[in-house]
Amino acid sequence: MGTYLLRRGLETATSILVVAFLLFALLDLMPGDPIDLMLAADPRLTSADAARLRALHGLDRPLVDRFLAWLGAALAGELGYSRLFALPVTEILLPRLLATLALVGTSLAIALPLSVLLGAVAALRPGTRLDRAINLLAFLAFSVPSFWLALILIVVFAVLLGWLPAGGEPVGPVVGLADWVRHLALPVTTLTLLGLGPLLRFVRAGLLEALREPCIRMARAKGASTARVVLRHALPQAAPALVTILALQTGGLLSGALVVETVFAWPGMGRLILEAIQGNDYNLALVAVLLGTVATLLSNLAADLAHARLDPRIRPG
Amino acid sequence: MRAAPTLGARLARTTSARPAALLLAALALAVTLGPPIGRGFGLDGEGIDLLHRLQPPGWGRPLGTDELGRDLFVRLLEGGRVSLAVGLLGALLAALAGTLIGLLAAFARAPLDGLLMRVADIVLALPLLPLLVVLAAVDPQEIGLDAELASSAVLDVARIVVLVAAFGWPTTARLVRAGALAILAAEHVRAARALGAAPLRVALRHVLPGLAAPITVATTLALGQVILGESVLSFLGLGIRPPTPSWGNMLTNAQETLWQAPLLALWPGLLILATVTACNLLGDALADAADPRAAAGRTARGGPSRWNCGGAG
Repeated sequence: MGTYLLRRGLETATSILVVAFLLFALLDLMPGDPIDLMLAADPRLTSADAARLRALHGLDRPLVDRFLAWLGAALAGELGYSRLFALPVTEILLPRLLATLALVGTSLAIALPLSVLLGAVAALRPGTRLDRAINLLAFLAFSVPSFWLALILIVVFAVLLGWLPAGGEPVGPVVGLADWVRHLALPVTTLTLLGLGPLLRFVRAGLLEALREPCIRMARAKGASTARVVLRHALPQAAPALVTILALQTGGLLSGALVVETVFAWPGMGRLILEAIQGNDYNLALVAVLLGTVATLLSNLAADLAHARLDPRIRPG
Repeated sequence: MRAAPTLGARLARTTSARPAALLLAALALAVTLGPPIGRGFGLDGEGIDLLHRLQPPGWGRPLGTDELGRDLFVRLLEGGRVSLAVGLLGALLAALAGTLIGLLAAFARAPLDGLLMRVADIVLALPLLPLLVVLAAVDPQEIGLDAELASSAVLDVARIVVLVAAFGWPTTARLVRAGALAILAAEHVRAARALGAAPLRVALRHVLPGLAAPITVATTLALGQVILGESVLSFLGLGIRPPTPSWGNMLTNAQETLWQAPLLALWPGLLILATVTACNLLGDALADAADPRAAAGRTARGGPSRWNCGGAG
């Protein structure tokens, strides 16, 4: 277990470094570097001034030097300033991170038990009309364009029915829990429906396999209720696969969150990345995307380790 | 491994394959022939006509007009032409790259094999959309393209195709590698190699023919995913840019007129949903037809959706 942990940890650290370097190198290829933007803002600057400014900020140094300098500063917690918001990057990130966590966390908290419930219902009666309906739901969740689902929910619940706000965050002197619920309702519904697709499929498949085991027949023969059979006997067997799927979903969830936050004007990390790119604020974009990547790779690492814990068969070394 | 001859016959027996294939064929036909026929009837999907903005469906305009007075029906077909072309090109490029990398891994063995497959795993795990948003923002002039080409519609298409292929190859690569390793272990292939057949000859004569089915399955599933990806990127303003229509960027405009003309948001999305559903159904049916044993006890072939909230490839 120790060597496995070490190997996977090194792999993850290497991947993070490679992605960080590639992202950093990409910044050179973006339209307009900070000095270009200064030139555009102030016509009195000459090209000699620009060259001097470039040298002053170290922009004339080789890419690898600049990356190492940036990495050193970043590891010391120094993430630089956002041009767009004129604030330190760390100050911008924190509230955005919380907003995304609220959105993603709430939808996972609904999607996970819901997919276990629906997956169990489907797996207990495979081939029935109910099973096929649940399969169809999962299938549609795979095939629907996320932003369109969001738009349709806005059309139905905001435009036609007028029950819920079409987007944004609650503002005003007094913001109660009800305001948050109303504003989160549509984005969370979108993300939950999208997330149900893969979760449902895996829960159903995992339970279907587990329910065929002899120990299940034994438990049934001893008079265990259906709920107990599923929750106590079948679900733990399907758990390792579920943990992996949940972790692999982190990347997908971030993609989903980016779209959902954009459509519903929710002030989270996903929308921040888009805003930063559109506003030529590449330092902010770099940090935000890297943060998402690190979170994804770390959750994958955690899942691998949990998987090795839960399923002794795959534990190497 | 010779599943190919009976593949078509088995495919024809699955219930979902035929409607899915028919729908895709009908869509391809409609987007190819539709726009010229529509123009023949005097429908205009390009000319701006501000006096007839957001017209309801009616005589002479089957689905009404959009926010600039362009005929929605013709525009949907023209957008479909772009979306389907991008999907096809992207899926083919991803399949080609995946096949080459998968073969390389299978023939090379350790340590290159292990490295390639770890890279594939990591690419599959990465947060796709945030990275694509950054990559799509790269200035084409900075990588040496001239200004005219850099702002052309061709480049928009090329950019999406390259980007989705760059993140789409691992699914095919893993399938190809697994299939190739199985074939390489077969007696007659080992005999051929022992007799001194060059790796390239073994790959072309023995391995690739046996991989036709999994590669077809992966490409069909990728087609739906690429269409989904194109629509998301175009919707965010980072893919196909107006005035060239695509189903994705038509929805960007529709969002702005959601309160006046909610129906505008309905059609492009329905077409994306129908196309992607058809690709996924066809891909699943192909997979079942290619490997009936796996279909009988099929458990967890997780969907490949990384654009929504999916994960596993």
